[in-house]
Amino acid sequence: MVYSYYPGCTLKTKAKDLDKGARRAAEALGIVMEELPEWQCCGGVYPMGKDEIATKLSSVRALVAAKEKKQDLLTLCSACHHVLKRVNNDMATNEDIRNKANAYMELEEPYAGETRVIHYLEMLRDVVGFDKLKEAVTNPLTGRKIGAYYGCLLLRPSKTLQFDNPENPTIIEDFIRAIGAEPVVYAYRNECCGGYVTLENKDLARSKVANIVESAKEGGAECLITACPLCMYNLSNNNAAGDLPVYYFTELLCEALGLDKEGN
Amino acid sequence: MENLEIARELERISGVNPRKCMKCGKCSGTCPAYDKMEYHPHQFVSMVETGRIEKLLESESLFTCLSCFACVERCPRGVEPANIIEAVRLMKIRPQNENHLHAEQIPELLDENLPQQAIVSAFRKYKK
Repeated sequence: MVYSYYPGCTLKTKAKDLDKGARRAAEALGIVMEELPEWQCCGGVYPMGKDEIATKLSSVRALVAAKEKKQDLLTLCSACHHVLKRVNNDMATNEDIRNKANAYMELEEPYAGETRVIHYLEMLRDVVGFDKLKEAVTNPLTGRKIGAYYGCLLLRPSKTLQFDNPENPTIIEDFIRAIGAEPVVYAYRNECCGGYVTLENKDLARSKVANIVESAKEGGAECLITACPLCMYNLSNNNAAGDLPVYYFTELLCEALGLDKEGN
Repeated sequence: MENLEIARELERISGVNPRKCMKCGKCSGTCPAYDKMEYHPHQFVSMVETGRIEKLLESESLFTCLSCFACVERCPRGVEPANIIEAVRLMKIRPQNENHLHAEQIPELLDENLPQQAIVSAFRKYKK
């Protein structure tokens, strides 16, 4: 399977480990990730205003580029996935946004949400299959107790994201089982880490992170995994609730597949 | 009357019909920023419905919403309170010189681990 891949800004800088691990594991699993030759920042947050058009165009450009290659668009960062998926939904369902964006883009063929946006975890579940992933694991993380941190952006609003059950998701727990570890289900796994508000209000972010960390530790988690660089930041840098290591899920995926940091 | 006109404009920007709200309070009950807000999600919905916009436009609560979409997901009536808050925030920052965050402030807010995602997200939320 060959995908157009949208890495996003942060995966080229502060979150290189998320990107690198995904590429190495994909190669081992027979998945080809072709990075879009030109992509622009998605903006990090979905512009909710119905009259916001310009702020949606970078996403439209990425979606159109994948359509032209007749490929699904693979995402990895939770925030990019959220923005691209919701803008795609607007292009498919909101006539006003679609017309205005197309008028601006001056494409040969208007875009109407044809591209399928798929997150890396969805790809593992629906294309590779967690059973096949389990077979590919050479270094199972036996005995490790891992908490899935979903956060907000992969799950909500579920009407559009259609990622998993928004209140009782299982995809990351199933992933944890596939790599041979034991998932720890805890109450705050789909509650907010504080997000971008850390810039202005550290106390708010710290109190949100404390709820998450305390809840995960109480459940017996030895570490957390995430797909979001901002969640990673908050959980690591705004945590005053006791040590709890946080990894990108792709780091543990590589470990389970027996791939070292150099991809060997 | 003027405020009701602004209220209808906010409904247009947000795509939300606040009259669908049945006042159950679930949006505020589930809001992770509730304790830090002067006006809470259910109040945004109700104050836009009745045209009491001025206090909302002056409130820091506009910038306390985390955009986590818990209120949107859990509203039994599909009201989407976060969209209403975003619309009021847009109305606040769209006029000239009303930016809540300035590029000059960024260096002092940075630390070496802060991801770019945080900065671009904050600019989208706080600045036009």
